[in-house]
Amino acid sequence: MADKINGATTVLLCGVGGQGTILAADILAKVAARAGLQIRLSEIHGMSQRGGSVITIVRFGQTVLSPVTDFGCADRIVAFEATEALRYLPYLAKDGKLLVNSEEIVPLPVLIGAVEMPENTLEFLEQRGAKLIDSTKIAEEVGNPKATNIVLMGALSTELDFPVEIWEEVISKRVPPKTIESNLAAFAAGAKAVSQE
Amino acid sequence: MAVESKLLSGNEAVAQGAWEAGCLIGAGYPGTPSTEALEAFAKYDDVYAEWAPNEKVAFEVASGASMGGVRAMVTMKHVGVNVAADPLYSMSYIGVNGGLVLFAADDPGIFSSQNEQDSRFHALGARVPLLEPADPAEAKFYVKQAFAISERFDTPVIVRSTVRLSHTKAVVECEDRADQPRKEYEKNPVKWVMMPANAKVRRKFVDARVAELAEFNNASVFVRADYRDTNIGVICAGVTYNHVREALPEASVLKLGMTYPIPDQAILDFASRVDKVYVVEEASNYLSMQVKALGVELSEFVEPIPPDDELSPGIVRRAFGIETPEFDRFDGALPPRPPALCAGCPHRLVYSELRRMNAVVNGDIGCYTLGALAPLSSVDSVVDMGASLSMAHGMELARQFSDKSIAIDGRPIVGVIGDSTFAHSGITSLLGTVYNQGSGTLCILDNRTTAMTGMQGNPVNGITLQNRPSRELDLVKLCEALGVEDVQRVDSQNLADVRAALKRAVASDGLSVIVFCSPCRLLVRTRKEPPTISDCKRCGACLKIGCPALGTDDEGHAKIDETQCIGCGQCAQVCPFGCISSEGRE
Repeated sequence: MADKINGATTVLLCGVGGQGTILAADILAKVAARAGLQIRLSEIHGMSQRGGSVITIVRFGQTVLSPVTDFGCADRIVAFEATEALRYLPYLAKDGKLLVNSEEIVPLPVLIGAVEMPENTLEFLEQRGAKLIDSTKIAEEVGNPKATNIVLMGALSTELDFPVEIWEEVISKRVPPKTIESNLAAFAAGAKAVSQE
Repeated sequence: MAVESKLLSGNEAVAQGAWEAGCLIGAGYPGTPSTEALEAFAKYDDVYAEWAPNEKVAFEVASGASMGGVRAMVTMKHVGVNVAADPLYSMSYIGVNGGLVLFAADDPGIFSSQNEQDSRFHALGARVPLLEPADPAEAKFYVKQAFAISERFDTPVIVRSTVRLSHTKAVVECEDRADQPRKEYEKNPVKWVMMPANAKVRRKFVDARVAELAEFNNASVFVRADYRDTNIGVICAGVTYNHVREALPEASVLKLGMTYPIPDQAILDFASRVDKVYVVEEASNYLSMQVKALGVELSEFVEPIPPDDELSPGIVRRAFGIETPEFDRFDGALPPRPPALCAGCPHRLVYSELRRMNAVVNGDIGCYTLGALAPLSSVDSVVDMGASLSMAHGMELARQFSDKSIAIDGRPIVGVIGDSTFAHSGITSLLGTVYNQGSGTLCILDNRTTAMTGMQGNPVNGITLQNRPSRELDLVKLCEALGVEDVQRVDSQNLADVRAALKRAVASDGLSVIVFCSPCRLLVRTRKEPPTISDCKRCGACLKIGCPALGTDDEGHAKIDETQCIGCGQCAQVCPFGCISSEGRE
């Protein structure tokens, strides 16, 4: 899994401001740190958060230097929204893997009729080998609609080598106490959803 | 000493470093990407921290704390350093009593700012030492060093960050605090009173200090020469070092931690031991300019590094002719996804009315800058904090030299500013207009918080950083006290009132101020049922207010996204046919 160039694994999380990408990235980084790896997590705050397109980069390995990445260098892209997967696709490494929430969120320029959504987004992504997961629906099913981000971390966890116990411990510490149970359920449901395929 | 590993952002590490260094007082003004440094510092036990109305005030508060004998830190974003530059340049002459550290966070790549300014030039201008940490662990270490340097060399010290340090998290070893005894203040006018005779004395002191600091820097922990392949020698600093080391694992690298004053001997030594010397830096020529001034000849890159935007390892690789990986892309058109005013945002109706009135709007810095984007498209200018009000005054002044043929002369000129920005720099702008008997319409959008940077308190809402009791500022009374005769307070969620107030204000010959008041919807998160839509005429009026919860179905009828809608009722108020109804659904 190690990036040939960098000796570190690079995960790019992208989505729409307000979807919880920053919390998910924080959990992933803490899991990697708990597993004894060096980590760098780089996020963008401020103006872009107001419903704009957002990315967070998590890198981990024995040695990690740069906090950012380049086109063709991300080992994993986790897209919290399908159109954003298209936007950040250039970052994916040739042997990288793409995990996509199949939900499409319509941005304001489309709502006001200035431009249109791309057609066949999900088909295009599937052709590129993306794993699609309806994490919005899964989060609702486990009774915590806000846990879409944790469902995606559950799905991602099946492709990384970190023990489930570490994920569960980090999630339990990081989410509001009242939501621990539903977040752990969301995590398990996310993992199950991709392993069934 | 107890050591604990924590996952900290660069900003949090700066706060930890200040705390470990025994810093007791922190002041600042919020601004991305600097904000969390002071927020994190404020959470430690036994420290005092405050948001100041602006960066100049913050710097002066910290300067006074230093004069009073304690260690003090002041935090701000790059453009804030311009506001604080006045005291900074003179505090350079004065120096310190307790250590004084300015934490300045730059925004290469312009993610959340109005420009890509390199604050390091202020170190050159003010002639104060500047440290550039490369990662969170180093940020903590450098801040501690900064306090020591400040006291040893009698100078304020700048610690400069960028987005990719401030908002990068990594594991940092946290240590205990080393308490610093409060220093005695001794009256010393030659040092502290900057009148010409004294300033001339201190001017010479500054020159001597810069020379001493350069000498110190040459043999300091801030210089790290790592000799590998001596064919290529790269000089770099800050986060750029990580990109360089990753892109060029074989190259020799001179990493500089203090880039003003630069370590001249260390650089000349490095240059003499490698065949080709390069300076790799981000969106600036600050470092290469200084290295060239030493007489070092720099080699050409294979592919020039862009003069703007942030760096990455890939850009460095290409600069040295190293191939970068191929990548896939989606060839179709992708809709842009710019940030937008939230569903229920209290700024929306004001902007939709200003657009309807065809007003020329001088805008300002904050969430409400987003009123410039389609479909509201209501803002004509955004420059700096407070510029809205003074520029509207200037636009009004320009009218008097018109021959009446200029199209804007029939249009109302309106300045729009937020509550925190008004407290920051708008009050003096308004005072200038009143004093000079200016006219026009000024809108203060009071959403009860400093929203864009993450809901900080400010003098208008009376919420303080460490939750000490304070008082709210009565904006109407303040404007009246400044001498504005026509001041109205209006609920910005009520379209009829917004419309009537703006109509009256622009019709008046004198100066009018409207305080539009309604809390930010991220502050008061109450939700009502979404409205119902029946018999939609497809006129599109509701779409023009740019609500992210409002779109159309396949046939062009207005349709509400119930997951995003908070039931604010703005769309119901703008529908000219009464087809959107929020009645009876609370």
